Amino acid sequence: MGNLLLQMLVATMTSLKIFGLTLLFSLPLGMLVAKGRMAKNPIISNVVNVYIMIMRGTPLILQLLFVYFAPYYIFGSSYDRFTAVIVGYTINYAAYFAEIYRGGIQSIPVGQYEASLVLGFSKAHTFTHVIAPQVVKRIIPAMGNEVITLVKDTALAQTIGVAELFRVAQNASAREFSTMPIFIAGVFYFLMNAIVSRSFDLLEKKLNYYR
Amino acid sequence: MEIITIDNLQKSFDGLGVLKGISFTLNEGEVLSIIGPSGSGKSTLLRCLTQLEPVNGGTINVCGQTMVSSTKEGVVSYADKQTLRSVRLNLGLVFQNFNLFPHMSVLRNITEPQMHVLKRSKQEAEKVGRELLKKMGLEEKEKAYPDQLSGGQQQRVSIARALALNPTVLCFDEPTSALDPELTGEILRVIKDLAKEKMTMIVVTHEMAFARDISDRIIFMDDGLIVEEGTPEALFGNPQNPRTQKFLNRYE
Repeated sequence: MGNLLLQMLVATMTSLKIFGLTLLFSLPLGMLVAKGRMAKNPIISNVVNVYIMIMRGTPLILQLLFVYFAPYYIFGSSYDRFTAVIVGYTINYAAYFAEIYRGGIQSIPVGQYEASLVLGFSKAHTFTHVIAPQVVKRIIPAMGNEVITLVKDTALAQTIGVAELFRVAQNASAREFSTMPIFIAGVFYFLMNAIVSRSFDLLEKKLNYYR
Repeated sequence: MEIITIDNLQKSFDGLGVLKGISFTLNEGEVLSIIGPSGSGKSTLLRCLTQLEPVNGGTINVCGQTMVSSTKEGVVSYADKQTLRSVRLNLGLVFQNFNLFPHMSVLRNITEPQMHVLKRSKQEAEKVGRELLKKMGLEEKEKAYPDQLSGGQQQRVSIARALALNPTVLCFDEPTSALDPELTGEILRVIKDLAKEKMTMIVVTHEMAFARDISDRIIFMDDGLIVEEGTPEALFGNPQNPRTQKFLNRYE
């Protein structure tokens, strides 16, 4: 039992690594994608739109397989499995985050831009000091949803052979003819998401100083 | 001294003429009110002047700098970025619905533009901010957030925010239209005080009694044109144009 728990904790670390690295890359990439989606240039906005449609319109599991195996067929070699997982999750989640960012940015009243312009703010300063802080507050609930989903989605990494928490639990279940490891994995996911959702609650409270 | 000269300003939205050739000048220390029915183009005029809307024709000069000019053939050319920026700094604008930054405290709303645009230090910006808040009767509110204030208080903060950048001209776009009637008085009082200090101002307003009271000169606009222009005494006492008479009659 002690040995099983240790194995599962190690696998949890892999899940957390996928989780953390995906957020690290997809949060900023999502902003770039959102900017592209809102670009005045129709070529850019259409290309980005197609990208978002593909990412949201096909299963993540298929995207992971594609990201890992496509280079084999095209170049004859691929990157390691873990890198493929991070790339796959990042481009998928960036698309979702982009749409949330876009919704947030477009919900800011035009008067905020006009006031900034008349006061003489630069475009960059307007975005970083006027728009972005208000966007963050507005998108927290939607972002909370996505981040919680990401915790659970890390279980899909096993499809290209990364031994994350759920895979290890399934293996242990098969080995010991017991559903206990899978149940324990469920508790692990629940605890991780309890932390995520508590963090978002705190963040929401912290930003509650204005309406 | 002429601070603003506008000549034959034209603006249309989707081919629909909103400003059909507006010309006037504004002198230093002068308070100019612009009145007229809704849709007459008063607000659009201010928005063109403050670069919130691009013009379709005409010339605008601000403090000796040409902001935009156009040829007889109707080719509009704006000044370079640097000039536009410097023109912008000469003009302050107070919006109908305040447009304060909701995530910043009252004081920060006033200090942020000073620090970013005029590169003032935090201490200096706060000193200026506190002085202006005192002048606006809001010294107790510096730590509050805009949503904790009444509409009238918010509008006073936005006036302070504009004043903090030392504009040469302060423009008001219907500053009391979004306020409950009992709150308009406090804003009108503030503008009146500024007029006494010889602040150069353009006030677009529906408050006829107020316009009559504070203005050195009043422009009456209708359907994208200046119909009549004159001192408050002349315009209210003896309006020449039938449209002006008809409009003012409703306010008697």
